[in-house]
Amino acid sequence: MTMFILRRIAVMILTALCLTFIVFFLTNLYPNLEKLAKTQGNFRMSDGEVESYLGKNGYLQPVGVKYGQWLGVLPGYVIEDNEGVARGRCIEPGMPPEDAPRRCGVLQGDWGYSTVFKKDVFEIIGEKLALTGKLMFWVMLLMVPSALVLGVLAGMHEGSRTDRALSTVAITTTATPEYVSGVLFIAVFASTAVGLKWFKGTATSAMNDATFENFFLPVLTIALYGMGYIARMTRASMAEVMTAQYIRTARLKGVSFYNIVVKHALRNALIAPFTVIMLQFPWLLNGVVIVETLFNYKGFGWTLVQAAGNNDIELLLGVSVISVIVVLVTQLISDIGYVYLNPRISVS
Amino acid sequence: MESLSWGEIILRMLAQFTPVWIALVVTFALSITFKRRLGLYGKLFDSPIGMIGFAMVMFWVFTGVFGGAFDLITTHGVLDQSASMKNKPPGTAFSKLMGAPDPDAYPYYLFGGDHLGRDVFSRMIVGAWEVIKIAPFASLFAFMVGITLGLPAGYYGGKLDTVLSFLANLILAFPVILLFYLLVTPEIVLTGIPVYMAAVLFLFPIVFLVILWNSRFHTQPARRNFYVGVTLVIGLWLYLGIAWNADPLGIIGFPPNLLVVFVAVVFVNSPTVFRIVRGLTMDIKTRDYVAAAQTRGEGPWYIMLWEILPNARGPLLVDFCLRIGYTTILLGTLGFFGLGLSPESPDWGSTINEGRKLLTMYLHPALPPAFALLSLVLGLNLLADGLREESLRD
Repeated sequence: MTMFILRRIAVMILTALCLTFIVFFLTNLYPNLEKLAKTQGNFRMSDGEVESYLGKNGYLQPVGVKYGQWLGVLPGYVIEDNEGVARGRCIEPGMPPEDAPRRCGVLQGDWGYSTVFKKDVFEIIGEKLALTGKLMFWVMLLMVPSALVLGVLAGMHEGSRTDRALSTVAITTTATPEYVSGVLFIAVFASTAVGLKWFKGTATSAMNDATFENFFLPVLTIALYGMGYIARMTRASMAEVMTAQYIRTARLKGVSFYNIVVKHALRNALIAPFTVIMLQFPWLLNGVVIVETLFNYKGFGWTLVQAAGNNDIELLLGVSVISVIVVLVTQLISDIGYVYLNPRISVS
Repeated sequence: MESLSWGEIILRMLAQFTPVWIALVVTFALSITFKRRLGLYGKLFDSPIGMIGFAMVMFWVFTGVFGGAFDLITTHGVLDQSASMKNKPPGTAFSKLMGAPDPDAYPYYLFGGDHLGRDVFSRMIVGAWEVIKIAPFASLFAFMVGITLGLPAGYYGGKLDTVLSFLANLILAFPVILLFYLLVTPEIVLTGIPVYMAAVLFLFPIVFLVILWNSRFHTQPARRNFYVGVTLVIGLWLYLGIAWNADPLGIIGFPPNLLVVFVAVVFVNSPTVFRIVRGLTMDIKTRDYVAAAQTRGEGPWYIMLWEILPNARGPLLVDFCLRIGYTTILLGTLGFFGLGLSPESPDWGSTINEGRKLLTMYLHPALPPAFALLSLVLGLNLLADGLREESLRD
């Protein structure tokens, strides 16, 4: 088991390195850098001026070197300009060059500086992650139990009328992407045109003070899309378990149907959904981006859109690192959990 | 002129869809009459769920083709603006701020006007064409890529499998939206990366077909040369036109911003297909008929493409339907974030995004495309469900 986990972690680190390198490469392509130079300097810069700006800020080094510096395994660049003042990656404004650390990258905890928010990337990400964490907590709290109940109820009697009805509900929710369901919910529950006005159409105020009124719609929108999929997995797994021999034995022995479902079937039926729930995280991240944009909730997904839309390279890199790590860690947990929960699978 | 009541709007809308109703009735009449001779497609008409799904999908396919390609259903031009029609509710009589409207023009905006005074109904119809044009082909390409790589990975296993699986997992671990934001930008189009990706991805269908014919007919060189020749000539012609925009005859071209959308969607979908094909191959290769083919001395590609692949068709067909639906959702996501497609484009995602900004006051611009997208994807999911049930039955 330890070997298995260690190997999985090694693969995970390799994947994370590859992915961050891809993001780094794509954000550091020359047209992107040119746009950055123009937004930082002015929009009428000539090609020569762009080049000298990029050169001064160390953007024209080879990609591999830049990536090493960003990661913090290579020493940061130091460039002396015409007046003999040293500028370097690790030299903060107003700091004598001798005092600056040699390496400063993600590994040293220096995530760079956001050009849009004028703040440290690390600080922004921490703040935004907390907001999105709050959103995700409520999403999970709503999505997981309702999906499991839906799936178990549908899978208990395969092919029954309840099953048909609940399966149709599950299919409909998987067919409704967040930007459709979100728009529908706002239209029905928050617009002056329909006039119900039960909830608020924006969740901006929920960032400080989340109430049922301003937070329920975004949570419901994300939860609904993921719910259908988990429910269908649970249904399939439950239906399979219900045909197993030991369930028939229990039935013949006269155990009540309630006890069969709760005591005998449920445990085995929940192994598959567990991994699915964990693997839902990358999709939930998608939903988070859409819903945070739609409801103007300034969390992690909203930051991703801002960073990408304004070509804020360091912030975008930071956001990518976090999202890639979240995805990989949940995959790891899902794998380990599956092995742990299912005694039939051995890793050796 | 008076505005229309809701009953009149519905009647007029149903009348606008006349060509679609005729086409649907003909399709269903023919299919149900000959259903016993049509294989799995015919069996679909035994399952009510499958039939409902099929009807919903075909409704949008016919709407897209008749409305988008032949201009039959639309009532007004998708880009025509009328200042006096801004945000007007459904059923408002058509008018212009300056001058009298063209007497031949359709006298109403059935679903009202959007914030620029364009006809919501016509934009929804043409939006269907935008999806029908891209989603099935993008899914097909993703399948070609996934099958061409997944079959050998599952069949041979070993190092090849490890490397390909690692790459597939790499792409799968990327949050889709992040990938879109990195890939579908004007700056990336400038660097030419989408063209190189297209050059690699679009090679797969040609490779797939050439191997397919060669493995089957290599004992009959005349037929083999014919099939492979035809594939190569047509395939390379399309390839040059689509991927490199360098069609020697100048007939086929692909707008660069559409190409990047297409490439991004294929790129995101193919690793999932790869994983499914790989899993199915690993399962099927242990069967007796594969062992029989190996004993007969058939080549590995013949076994993969003509023994394993046909036997994996059920799950693959089901996934194909689901994948078209997923691709539709992805295209909507791209439109929603204003990536790739032009801002005036009538595709559903962009229209929903425009409509949502005024949503608390005006519902009508955002709801028709939202329901359209929902019903198409739902139809595809139901169709997949019906197919799954019917293919499990044999």
